[in-house]
Amino acid sequence: MRTQFTASGGAHSCCSAVSSSSCCCISTAAADRRLNALVRHLGIEDSKSAMADISANPTSASNGDSVFAHVVRAPEDPILGVTVAYNKDPSPNKLNLGVGAYRTEEGKPLVLNVVRQAEQQLVNDPSRVKEYLPIVGLAEFNKLSAKLILGSDNPAIQENRVTTVQGLSGTGSLRVGGEFLARHYHERTIYIPQPTWGNHPKVFTLSGLSVKTYRYYDPATRGLNFQGLLEDLGSAPSGAIVLLHACAHNPTGVDPTLEQWEHIRKLVRSKALLPFFDSAYQGFASGSLDADAQSVRIFAADGGECLVAQSYAKNMGLYGERVGALSIVCKTADVASRVESQLKLVIRPMYSNPPIHGASIVATILKDRNLYNEWTIELKAMADRIISMRQQLFDALKTRGTPGDWSHIIKQIGMFTFTGLNSDQVAFMTKEYHIYMTSDGRISMAGLSSRTVPHLADAIHAAVTRLG
Amino acid sequence: MAFRSAMLSKVVSRSSVSCSRCMSSWWGSVEPAPKDPILGVTEAFLADPSPDKVNVGVGAYRDDNGKPVVLECVREAERRIAGSLNMEYLPMGGSIKMVEETLKLAYGENSDFIKDKRIAAVQSLSGTGACRLFADFQKRFRPDSQIYIPVPTWANHHNIWRDAQVPQRTFHYYHPESRGLDFAGLMDDIKNAPNGSFFLLHACAHNPTGVDPSEEQWREISYQFKVKGHFAFFDMAYQGFASGDPERDAKSIRIFLEDGHHIGIAQSYAKNMGLYGQRVGCLSVLCEDEKQAIAVKSQLQQLARPMYSNPPLHGAVIVSTVLGDPELKNLWLKEVKGMADRIIGMRTALRENLEKLGSPISWEHITNQIGMFCYSGLTPEQVDQLTNEFHIYMTRNGRISMAGVTTGNVGYLANAIHEVTKSA
Repeated sequence: MRTQFTASGGAHSCCSAVSSSSCCCISTAAADRRLNALVRHLGIEDSKSAMADISANPTSASNGDSVFAHVVRAPEDPILGVTVAYNKDPSPNKLNLGVGAYRTEEGKPLVLNVVRQAEQQLVNDPSRVKEYLPIVGLAEFNKLSAKLILGSDNPAIQENRVTTVQGLSGTGSLRVGGEFLARHYHERTIYIPQPTWGNHPKVFTLSGLSVKTYRYYDPATRGLNFQGLLEDLGSAPSGAIVLLHACAHNPTGVDPTLEQWEHIRKLVRSKALLPFFDSAYQGFASGSLDADAQSVRIFAADGGECLVAQSYAKNMGLYGERVGALSIVCKTADVASRVESQLKLVIRPMYSNPPIHGASIVATILKDRNLYNEWTIELKAMADRIISMRQQLFDALKTRGTPGDWSHIIKQIGMFTFTGLNSDQVAFMTKEYHIYMTSDGRISMAGLSSRTVPHLADAIHAAVTRLG
Repeated sequence: MAFRSAMLSKVVSRSSVSCSRCMSSWWGSVEPAPKDPILGVTEAFLADPSPDKVNVGVGAYRDDNGKPVVLECVREAERRIAGSLNMEYLPMGGSIKMVEETLKLAYGENSDFIKDKRIAAVQSLSGTGACRLFADFQKRFRPDSQIYIPVPTWANHHNIWRDAQVPQRTFHYYHPESRGLDFAGLMDDIKNAPNGSFFLLHACAHNPTGVDPSEEQWREISYQFKVKGHFAFFDMAYQGFASGDPERDAKSIRIFLEDGHHIGIAQSYAKNMGLYGQRVGCLSVLCEDEKQAIAVKSQLQQLARPMYSNPPLHGAVIVSTVLGDPELKNLWLKEVKGMADRIIGMRTALRENLEKLGSPISWEHITNQIGMFCYSGLTPEQVDQLTNEFHIYMTRNGRISMAGVTTGNVGYLANAIHEVTKSA
C-alpha cells in the first residue's frame, strides 16, 4: 500500500514508521526515479530488496531528511503580492494600483528616451568592457549622484567630506548604510516614521539595528502629525538614528513643508540625532529635482553629518537595473576616507562590487548637458501626469458626491495616495471592482489613467457608501 | 528658487543649532580598513608606470594581448536586447528563464530534479551574492551549524560566512609539499567533523590553488559525506573555464547528485561568460520535493528583499538570450573552450620556459593544476621581490592568474620567477 511520503514526521498511514526518516513508503513518480537511479548506481537487481537495503541504512542520504525540511513557506510580500494577485485576475476591468512603478496613460511601463539614447551609446561603443567595477562602484556615477542630491555647490562635496558608494538601488543603499551604522555607530536604534515603506523595518533589522517608530501620519487630517513627530524625536535618546523620507513619503504622500523641515532640522541637530534620508523620488514628486532635494540639502549644508540613500528606480525608470547610491556626509575629508574604506568591508562579503549597466546609463545621462536637460523634461512630464491624475480623481469623487473630505488626494505628493480606506473597503474594491492595492489603502497614482479614473471613483464611492 | 536658497542659508547660518560648531564627527573612531588583498593588487598595478609591468593578480580573463574580452555571443545578445527591454522589476527570485537555463548547466540538461521541480533557485548577485544568500539562509534555518571551509580558499569566503554570523572551521585541502591535494588530510577532516556538518566545496578549478580532486577522489568524498550525513555546498565559479567542457567541469556535482545528496550550489557567469561587472549568478538548493523547494525559495526571497529587493536585469537577460538560442549557445561553448585552451597553453608555456631556464625546482604543478589560477609555491618574500624588482603583480600567497599570462610576457615572467627562486 503506497501513500504520500511526507516530511513532517508523525505516524504514517502507510506503515508503522513514526518518523519520516524511517518511513520507506514512497509513492510519487519522482521518488521512484530517485530510487531507481540509486538502484542502478548500487548495482542491485531486485528493487524491492534495494528499497529495503537503502531504507534500512541509517546513513543513506536518499532517505534522510533534508537539512532544511523544517523550513516553512514564507508569506507573500504584501506589496509585490498585490501584483501576483492582479495577474491571476481574468477580469477585463482590473486595475493594478499596487506596486509603485510608473505607467503611461496607456497603462504601459515607460522607458525614458534619454535612457534609450544612453543605452544605444553604450552598446555602440566597441571599447566598452564588462570588467568588475571597484567595490564602491563607478566613480563618475558616484560623483554625479552626490551632486544631484546634495547640490553641486554643496560645501561638503567641495571639501571632500562626502563619501559616496554605488548601491543596489534604494534598498541596497539603505542596507549598506544600516550595516555600517550597526558596526561603527554608537547608537543602535533607528527611528522610522509611522507608517513607512514595508521593507524599511526588515532592512534595518537585518542590518543589525533595532527599530523604533515616530509618529508621522495623522489619520484624522490625512496629513502630517507634526506635533507627534516633534514630541517623539524630541524624546529619542541623544544620537539615535532617524530615517527621513526626503520627499513624496511612501506610503502616505504627506511631506513636511519647508518651514517644518527647518524646524525638524533644528530639533535633530539640537539632540544630536543622526539623519538618514531615503531619497527614492527626487524630481518625481514636484517635477523639480532641486525642489525635491531641499530637505536633504538643508541638512547637508549645515556642517553636520548625515546619510542619504538614493534610488534611480523611479526618476530614471531604471527599476530592474538596481541603480542607487549611498552618500555619507562627514565632518572631515579624512573621516570620509576612512568611512569609505569601512563601507567596502560591508559590500565585499555581500556582492563584491555593484552591477555596471544601470550605473553606466545614469552616468551617461547626468554628465551630458543635452541628455540631462531632456531628462528633466521627461521627469516633469511623469510628475505632471501624476498630479493630473490626482486632480481628476478628486474631481470625479466630488462629482459623485462621495461622502468625506477627499482634498488629501490633491494635497499629498508623489506616486502614492493614502486614501484613508480601511482594509474591509479595500477588500470590497478588489472583489467587486477588481481594483488591486495594498490593504493599507495606498494607491499608486502612476497606475491610473484618464480612462480608468471613473472606474476607481465608482469603486471608492461604493466602498465608502456601502461600508462607510 | 535662488531667493529661497539664500533665505534658507541665512536661516541656517544664524541658527543656534548650526552644526559647524559641533565638536567631533560621529566617525572619529572609525579605523581605516585594510585594503582588499586581491583587488588591492590591481590598484597597485595600475599605479605602476613601468612598461614591463605584468598583472597576474585578479582573476579576470585576458586575451593573448593582455586585453579584457567581451565574448561575441554576449555582444550579439546585447545588440538584440538594446532598445527592446522594458526595465521593470524582476521578481525577487530573479529572471525565471535565466534561472532555468542556469540549473540545466549545473544539474544536467535533462535533470529529473528540474523536471520534478525539486530545486529551490534564485538569481543572485554573481557567485558572491549566491554564497552570501546561502550563508544567511544557513544562519536563519540551521542556526547551530558551522561551515567547514578549505585551506586555502578564496579570501572572501571567510568574510561572507563571518558577516552572515555562521561560525567557521577549516579542513585540510592543499598539500604544500606536493603542491597538490592533501587527500588524506581532507578525508580525515571529513570523518572527524560532527555528523551533519556543512562543507564548502569548490566544484572545479579550486581558487586559489587550481588543485582539484580526481573523479575517483570525488566519489570517495561523496561516499564519506553520505556516511557522515554532511551537507555539501558547491561554489562553482568556473564551469566550462576549467577543462573547456561545462559538462566535465560539473562532474563533482553530478557525482554528489547521483549519490543522493541534497546539495546547494552557487553559480557565477562572471568568468565563463565574461560578465564580471554585470553580477549574474544563481543560488540553488536541492530539496526533497516540490513543496519543500517552494518553501525554501520563498525564504531565500525573504533574505533577498531586505538586501536588494530584486536582482539586476540586464546581465540576466544577456544570459537567457545566449543560453536560450541554440546558435548563440554553441558560440558560447566554443568561446569558453577557447578561453580554457589559451590558459592551458600558457600553463604549458610557463612550465616549459622555467624548465628550459634550468630551474632546480619542479614546476609540474603548473600543468597539473587547473583553471584560472596557479598556486606557484612562491613565498610572500619572493612575491614582493617579483613586484619590486620585476613589476610583476600577484597576490602574496603566490597565486598567479594564468589569464594574465600571454605569449608576449610568459618569457619575462618565467625569467623573473627563475631569478627569485633559483637559489631557493
